[in-house]
Amino acid sequence: MVIAEDLAKQQRSISVAEFFEKNKHLLGFDSPTRGIITTVKEAVDNALDACEEAEVLPDIFVAIRKTNSDVYRITVEDNGPGIVPKNVPYVFGKLLYGSRFHQIRQSRGQQGIGISAAVLYAQLTTGVPALVISRTGADVRAHRFELMIKTETNEPDILVDEEIDWDRTHGTRIEIEFKSTLAAKKKLLEYLRYTAVVNPHARITADIDGEITVFERVSSEVPPCPKAILPHPHGIEFGALKRIAATNSDTLDEFLVNCFSRVGRKTADEILGLAQIKPRRKAKTLDSDELKRLLEAMQQVKIPAPPAQQCLSPISEDLIRKGLEKEVQLDFIKARTRPSAVFSGHSFIIEAAIGYGGKLPAEGSAQILRFANRVPLLYQQGACAITNCISQVNWKSYGLSQQGLPVGPALIMVHVASTNVPFTSESKDAIASIPEIEREIILVLQELGRELKAYINRRDRNKLQDDRARAICSIIPEIARKVSDIVELPLVDTSPIEGKIMRKLVAKKRTCDGKVSIDVHNYTARELVFTLYNLSRDSASDAVPKPDFVDDFDGEYNKVWKCRLEPGTVWQVTYSGTGDGSIDLRGVEDNVKVVVDLDV
Amino acid sequence: MSRKEMDARAREQLVHIAHGWYDQMRDGLVPFIRLPTRTKQNIEYNDESEVWTYGEKESMRSANSEKSAIHLLKMAYVIGFLKQQLAEGRSSTLRELYYISEGWKRAKFGAQDESNRLIEDLEILTDLQREAFHLRPEEDGAAIFGPLQIRESTQRGVREIHCQENVGEAGYPIPNNVDTLDFIDHDAKFVIAIETGGMYARLMENGFDEEYGAILVNLKGQPARSTRRVLRRLNEAMDLPVVVFTDGDPWSYRIYASVAYGSIKSAHMSERLATPQAQFIGVQPSDISDYNLPSDKLTEQDVAALKSELTDPRFATDYWREQINLQLEMKLKSEQQAFASRGLDFVTKEYLPNRLSEMGII
Repeated sequence: MVIAEDLAKQQRSISVAEFFEKNKHLLGFDSPTRGIITTVKEAVDNALDACEEAEVLPDIFVAIRKTNSDVYRITVEDNGPGIVPKNVPYVFGKLLYGSRFHQIRQSRGQQGIGISAAVLYAQLTTGVPALVISRTGADVRAHRFELMIKTETNEPDILVDEEIDWDRTHGTRIEIEFKSTLAAKKKLLEYLRYTAVVNPHARITADIDGEITVFERVSSEVPPCPKAILPHPHGIEFGALKRIAATNSDTLDEFLVNCFSRVGRKTADEILGLAQIKPRRKAKTLDSDELKRLLEAMQQVKIPAPPAQQCLSPISEDLIRKGLEKEVQLDFIKARTRPSAVFSGHSFIIEAAIGYGGKLPAEGSAQILRFANRVPLLYQQGACAITNCISQVNWKSYGLSQQGLPVGPALIMVHVASTNVPFTSESKDAIASIPEIEREIILVLQELGRELKAYINRRDRNKLQDDRARAICSIIPEIARKVSDIVELPLVDTSPIEGKIMRKLVAKKRTCDGKVSIDVHNYTARELVFTLYNLSRDSASDAVPKPDFVDDFDGEYNKVWKCRLEPGTVWQVTYSGTGDGSIDLRGVEDNVKVVVDLDV
Repeated sequence: MSRKEMDARAREQLVHIAHGWYDQMRDGLVPFIRLPTRTKQNIEYNDESEVWTYGEKESMRSANSEKSAIHLLKMAYVIGFLKQQLAEGRSSTLRELYYISEGWKRAKFGAQDESNRLIEDLEILTDLQREAFHLRPEEDGAAIFGPLQIRESTQRGVREIHCQENVGEAGYPIPNNVDTLDFIDHDAKFVIAIETGGMYARLMENGFDEEYGAILVNLKGQPARSTRRVLRRLNEAMDLPVVVFTDGDPWSYRIYASVAYGSIKSAHMSERLATPQAQFIGVQPSDISDYNLPSDKLTEQDVAALKSELTDPRFATDYWREQINLQLEMKLKSEQQAFASRGLDFVTKEYLPNRLSEMGII
């Protein structure tokens, strides 16, 4: 028994701060490079949440400066509502302190660990306290704090608390210094860019070692701040039920109606009937067995889904599109917001977008952008339910090659918005495999896949048409010349082929021996009115017929002819020149016209 | 047929293709051509001629896409060029044709494979050989050594040559155009076509031609068309049996197949080029174990080639199935020179005489 007593001497409780000091990786501080990104991410998330709560358009400044060889100073400043001075030390100097943990609504931060973990990480590597400046309005002065965390007790250690003048009327600024490197600069900018994509109402200015990048806002509407809702009977667990029941003085029927969402009198009666507990009993008098029966009954009764519109704030199809278009050049983009759905009583909404072409790399896997509650997920892509769902979709049937992930110039974005995003770990890098969520993701991807397929088909059809037009209008006449030459017969007229195949308005430009000729055939069945634009270095002063209008700028002449053409007839203009430049037909729908430049 | 008549026929056939397009365009049609599909899946055994030729599958090439239109344009340019070449009584090589296309702008060839293939298309469409268009291959023909007397009309007049007495160690080189060649007389019992120069020299040095009345033909690997044509004529006109002696590996079996059955690429020529009576003398996969020949392991490509031969209609006989499966089992291959491991004379004194009498040739 001596051993047990020896052991007992060593046993003591540990504070949460101590725990995370030893387990930094759980919070995303597993390496100095990642530390910077995690710190910026936590501070920016907090800033965006705060601005939304105060209905302010976020204007966020991020700076990273090297102070000496391996120490970096990270600054994040926002124009949010600020934090009341008495709370500042707790928000930044105490782990697991926050306003959003007990609320059921969509928010970026949850447990109040992130930013204080950064403060902890700073004091661990450099010993430099965190600097916080906060001002809550024009009529009060700003407060400047220097803070550390007492790890043994997880309590803030205030080194300085003074009032200062600050040029911002409201907002918060945090400066943290720790050992790091800027190796992950690209990833950091990526994080900020993706943050800008899903927060198109925010302006983010980054100053990384003197290099300034601005992610401008494309929307000037603050998204409605999600409102907290009561827990849903299907999402509650025994411990939580026991806790809220113990502090409640209502009768059971009132307790169910007042403390849970979507429970009315009728539902309450149904639950209590099933649980065989009298409605007039007081909630706090229930014993464990009765609570268990109550919980079971709550799960069994059919209850409408929680009010998603109230507690969730999806980005919306329109803003996803705008956000992506602003940061990535694409030929095609489509976004979808699914109707809200539920897993274990928690509301969620899946949004997704698919982009194609533009400047996306043609080779390699499609780019995948993952988001949870408007926060980009940068790490552990392979472990994430989103990635898993993307590989499960059969992209080949939507026009993309596929090797697990789709391959080609495509971008796939998925946003999971929920009152409780099921992350695989505290560092919030990957979403866990929840069947209800995976089902919704796959459905939205399939919807978007069909849109992509339609786009690709349309594009291929257009390409095929262009290809055909080129063949018919430029190569076949060349074949005709050669063939007529070989068989020693007069040049065969290929215009009937053009007419038959094209049924269009065909404009052809050709230059031969210093003469430029442009002819326009109307192969359609109706009279067409069109305008021919010819931009080139040729002044075309001897043009027959004369242009209706000539514009001269920088040695280039834009010549314009207005024409009216009967079906089956030809209009032609010739002039002396080199035949450079371009021609264009306007005033006719795209699907009716073909422009062929035989000089190219 | 005189040279002049042949040229006129070639010209007529080529212009005929262009005429077809001219008529199509005059009738308001997009010009097109039809050609047999040139794949392993589309070759058929012709009972009458006993060779493999293209089957019924046809592909149509119509100028209604940019790619196909350019293809027809290239063909029109080539026809124009060949017509002119015939008119001027000149000739060129396949390689030269490829370079000539440099000046054809859009109709220029991307690689020589492409122009070679187009010429083969023209052969199919005109039912003529490219020599008729005055197009020469650039590689040498193979060589002949043995009791055979020939007459060749060369550019410097007519020459009579005896392939043992009037030639050097290398033998008589077969010209590109064998239509200029007449066989006058011979004192031979059979023809042996040999894959490698080394084995050809061995047979010559050992006097195999004299001892057995053999005409030796050095195939130099995959034989040129002119070599195959000569083998066919020796078999057909002179009534000489032909045996093919190659290495014991899958690529060599294809050399035999192209001599005996015709090649997939020139199946349109099979009736002129193939010698259906040609027999395979070795190296047979069974020889590797029977004579315990030095051997190499089959590579992955070898195995794939053997497996592909099992689905090739030209190898669909009991003999070949047995030999190929045996080789796949042994996983070994041997060269013809491997017989030297049993002495320099083994091949001429033992192996070939044994095989030839087994095959009923001597």
